[in-house]
Amino acid sequence: MSVHLQIFVQLLQSASECVLVLLAAGTGFRERLSSLLLFEHYNTRIVLLGATLLGLAAGLVGCFTLLRRRALVGDALSHATLPGVGLAFLLAPLMGFDGSSRLVLLAGAAASGIAGAVAILFIRSLPRLKEDAALGIVLSVFFGAGVALLTVVQQVPAGRAAGLDRYIFGQTASMTAADARLIALTAALVALLIGLNFRSLTLLCFDEGYAAARGYSISLLDLLLMSLVVLITMIGLQAVGLILMIAMLVIPAAAARFWTNRLWVMLLISGLIGGLSGFFGALLSALFADLPSGAVIVLTCGVLFFGSLLLGRERGVLVRSMRRSELAAAIDREHLLRGIWELRESAGEESASESDRRAAGFEELLNLRSWSAGRLRAQIRKASAEGLVWLNSLGAVELTRRGVMEAERLVHHHRLWELYLITHADVAASRVDREADAIEHVLEPELIARLEELLLQRQRGSAIPASPHDIAGAAVQQSVAAVQEDRRK
Amino acid sequence: MSNPAIPLSIQDLTVAWHRRPVIWDVEFDVSPGRLVGIVGPNGAGKSTLLKAVMDLVPKASGRVEIFGQPWHAARHRVGYVPQRESVDWDFPVSVLDVVTMGLYGQIGWFGRVRRRHREAARRALEQVGIGELADRQISQLSGGQQQRTFLARALVQEADLYLMDEPFAAVDAATEQAIVEILRSMRAAGRTAVVIHHDLHTVPDYFDSVVLLNMRVVAEGPTQEVFTRENLERTYGGRLTLLEEATEALRRREQRL
Amino acid sequence: MTDALSWTWHYDGVILLTGILCAVAASLPGNFLVLRRTSLLGDAVSHAVLPGIAAAFLLTHSRTGPILFAGAVVAGLLTALLTELIRDIGSVDEGASTGVVFTTLFAAGLVLIVQAADSVDLDPGCVLYGALEDSPLQTFRMGGLELPRVTLTLAAVLLLNLVFVLLFFKELLISSFDPGLATTGGYNARLVHYLLMVIVAITAVASFEAAGNILVVAMFIVPPSAALLLTTRLSHMIWISAGIAATAAVMGHFSALILPRWAGYRSISTAGMMTLCVGLLFLAAALLSPSAGVLTGWVRRVRLSLRILCEDLLALLYRIEERSGAREISTIASVEELSRKLLCGRRMLIVAGWIQARQGRLTREGDILKLTDTGRREAALLVRSHRLWESYLVTEGVGRGRIHRQAETLEHYTSEGLRSRLDTGLPDGTLDPHGSPIPGEHDFRSPPDA
Repeated sequence: MSVHLQIFVQLLQSASECVLVLLAAGTGFRERLSSLLLFEHYNTRIVLLGATLLGLAAGLVGCFTLLRRRALVGDALSHATLPGVGLAFLLAPLMGFDGSSRLVLLAGAAASGIAGAVAILFIRSLPRLKEDAALGIVLSVFFGAGVALLTVVQQVPAGRAAGLDRYIFGQTASMTAADARLIALTAALVALLIGLNFRSLTLLCFDEGYAAARGYSISLLDLLLMSLVVLITMIGLQAVGLILMIAMLVIPAAAARFWTNRLWVMLLISGLIGGLSGFFGALLSALFADLPSGAVIVLTCGVLFFGSLLLGRERGVLVRSMRRSELAAAIDREHLLRGIWELRESAGEESASESDRRAAGFEELLNLRSWSAGRLRAQIRKASAEGLVWLNSLGAVELTRRGVMEAERLVHHHRLWELYLITHADVAASRVDREADAIEHVLEPELIARLEELLLQRQRGSAIPASPHDIAGAAVQQSVAAVQEDRRK
Repeated sequence: MSNPAIPLSIQDLTVAWHRRPVIWDVEFDVSPGRLVGIVGPNGAGKSTLLKAVMDLVPKASGRVEIFGQPWHAARHRVGYVPQRESVDWDFPVSVLDVVTMGLYGQIGWFGRVRRRHREAARRALEQVGIGELADRQISQLSGGQQQRTFLARALVQEADLYLMDEPFAAVDAATEQAIVEILRSMRAAGRTAVVIHHDLHTVPDYFDSVVLLNMRVVAEGPTQEVFTRENLERTYGGRLTLLEEATEALRRREQRL
Repeated sequence: MTDALSWTWHYDGVILLTGILCAVAASLPGNFLVLRRTSLLGDAVSHAVLPGIAAAFLLTHSRTGPILFAGAVVAGLLTALLTELIRDIGSVDEGASTGVVFTTLFAAGLVLIVQAADSVDLDPGCVLYGALEDSPLQTFRMGGLELPRVTLTLAAVLLLNLVFVLLFFKELLISSFDPGLATTGGYNARLVHYLLMVIVAITAVASFEAAGNILVVAMFIVPPSAALLLTTRLSHMIWISAGIAATAAVMGHFSALILPRWAGYRSISTAGMMTLCVGLLFLAAALLSPSAGVLTGWVRRVRLSLRILCEDLLALLYRIEERSGAREISTIASVEELSRKLLCGRRMLIVAGWIQARQGRLTREGDILKLTDTGRREAALLVRSHRLWESYLVTEGVGRGRIHRQAETLEHYTSEGLRSRLDTGLPDGTLDPHGSPIPGEHDFRSPPDA
């Protein structure tokens, strides 16, 4: 107990120190910040380390519960640990243990967490009740029982001293070296368990039916996952408190989802986000006396989540809108090049000079599609910067040599696709152009190769098939007929 | 364009799920007093088509008119029979309650369910041949009885146009026969039904016209003209693998947008 | 009793009333949360209203007033909207996005409350556990009467919820059961959802002060779930859930008065005990519900297998009698032999024998069982059913190897009407496929040694 007392005094000191420092402001604050960042205080070092490790481990476990679509299992199980804490405190003395010993309390928490998991499985098996009701019932009833027990514990002198109510809201600052060690050990255990069961857990989250068919026991795996949640919750109780423990289990994983589609990367990022929020949350609450630590850790988590929501590399809102506009620009560019090429193609060989054959007037292009003059102008500017077109002496937009090559490639793809739609998808020729437009931009090389193989057997050598609609040439009719005949076989 | 005599007119309808086109450029009219079957392979977008008609899924483009009016104005003239799996059959309501739900649209906000509504529901249940099950809880129904319940719910609306999503799926022979008879009596009363159907053998027997659908309309018209081997091959045989691959590529690309 | 519990009406009566009001008020909208499979939204919203409450405190420096409710409603709607937003943008499931939103909002609320703690007497603990015990102490004067404020607020909320459920019963029902039909019928299912969220938020806020978060969350979910196990009618479910909620409140209050004294402590959280009691009531429903209980189901299964065993026993004795052709000697069989033949435990068999003996179908002398007249008649009918089924199955083309086992099951569910229909459908109604005679419906052997 003396250690506790010592730390408590130390805490009081640092808290009052902090207030004083804040009052003094200015240089004092900066000193305190730097001293925190340089880990000069043994205590701070421990708290920061513990919170970081906790966040990391919770982030790892959270990924699996999230992907299993059971994110709120953590909510229910963390609430379910509370009566165990109270019962352990009250009953341990009867069995000859010290009721305020942390290990006894955590063992109680784990036991009632597991009981909660079993209760969830039981309620889910009842007719008409679904998963959500099972979680809600376990959550509220266990928590109510826990609160009732805690009010009793408060009346035992030792109970008040043990400060069990910090298990609800958490008190990061009161973390001792022993706690940090426990957190480190548990985090390592969790990481090890995940590492050992990575494949089966992945299968469980991805395809339960397939996992069962491969001979994995789904309920055992679910129990393993729930046990991991209970384990994490147990050590997280006093750091962030059980109410906010759910945040540590859900938010980092949900945030990581914005960054990647690959599971192991997601695990890394989720762990990282959890660790960062643990670190910065603990740091902030150590800096400012009136910031409750658990809440600050969660808020840090929340800030990182919204950062990921905006900036995430895979699904972030900003990145997605940027990509969308990039794609729109790429499509415009292709439309421009193809537009010029096709305008001249339909003009045929009448225009004498070669440059005429590669140029189109601005008005002509404008009338080609529903684009605005501004958009077209911007696109021409961009294409000329890329060296694909240039404004010739007549003021017309002319393809450069590279521009011609690019345009021919695009027209080739476009026509292949049109041909396919006509011969294979029974789309009326008048509608083909619009649909080919939508898809040709995403045609991948192997798809092109297969289209060529399918459609151009009889006209190999001609780089660009003739357009099937505006110039309904005999060659096209032939190739359509040929393809249709092929298909009939 | 808009003709109030045409029960259902679909023009240029395209629907995309997550930007992936599910149905493309669907265009057809349904004439009044006909039983129309919508036939096509799995994933051809049949359910989506019906849902798009009722604005339950967003349209990427196109127009739907019901008796010459947009959906929201003609809503009360349409009865919908969804797929059985679309609801939770454990829900604590009786068969009569479910059928009465068909009248909620008429009753309106704050209105109460009255005796005459319940009686109308009972009559509809008699009509589909399960009048004696009115007070049964819905979880105790067999598949065929569930389907009849849904049918009664649509009947009670006294709509002019019925949209049915696979009413014949996994029902017993007696139920199938009962549903067919009800469809025919509807037709005799001048009503129109558009029915998604799976069993190709019974199509010529059940339906006046068919729409062969596989992402786009392969063929549509009177059954004896359109329901040919060649058209069916084009609907089922010509799996548009490349088209699917390309839309898949489109989806992959756009998913990241 | 009044003395033993030191019960006083103006103190305990108010606590009890407050608890009941809170419990019933929460259970009414809770029915729809459970039916929509969004039970945890009750938990989420009642946590997420915290910043709304804290902001209202900071603004008004008071624990009551319309601003408090406005703050709660805004926070509740915000939860619903943000959850949908994150679900749609982030393509995570509803549960995860709920988890993200409510924990973040709750944490923000905690920070705000700690900031506000200097100006308002409010601590985070009170938000969770409530202080039901204090509800009689907070009063205000109206018309010369000293009235408990919290209790009146809760009464108003209960009335609001009741009106809500009655007025929107139809809308809530259709949008919960079949959102698609609701939307095509002109009821915007989303609008109903938001309305429900507003009601949940208001209930949560009104209960906070009196009963804290735990009681209200439990009452949102547990009574409706228990009611769902007891009935299959929505209207019944709502009233049953309200009854369970009220019962739990009463039980909780009295157990909070009695239990701690009994165990030597001063007091225990009343809200906590009410929650625990509602949990116990749920457990009772889960075990004992006539239609869905685990225990009742088990009893039903045991009774069924016992009935089948009883019947099998009669049939077996009949067959032994038949095979030995012993009209003149008494039908005997030892328990060991029977239990081996019937593939059942000795104890079960003795129970079955005892039941049949009590009902006069057989007599028992030591280890020897003997059919009575009544027993023989019933046994003959069972054997008749069995053999009719076997014959029928053979005519239906079922392989001979499999008919016995199928008939063994079917014979227990065959009525006289079914037997005669089976009989008329058979070409030969006298012998079964194995060549054994099929007993007639009315002619059974007379007692051999009469």
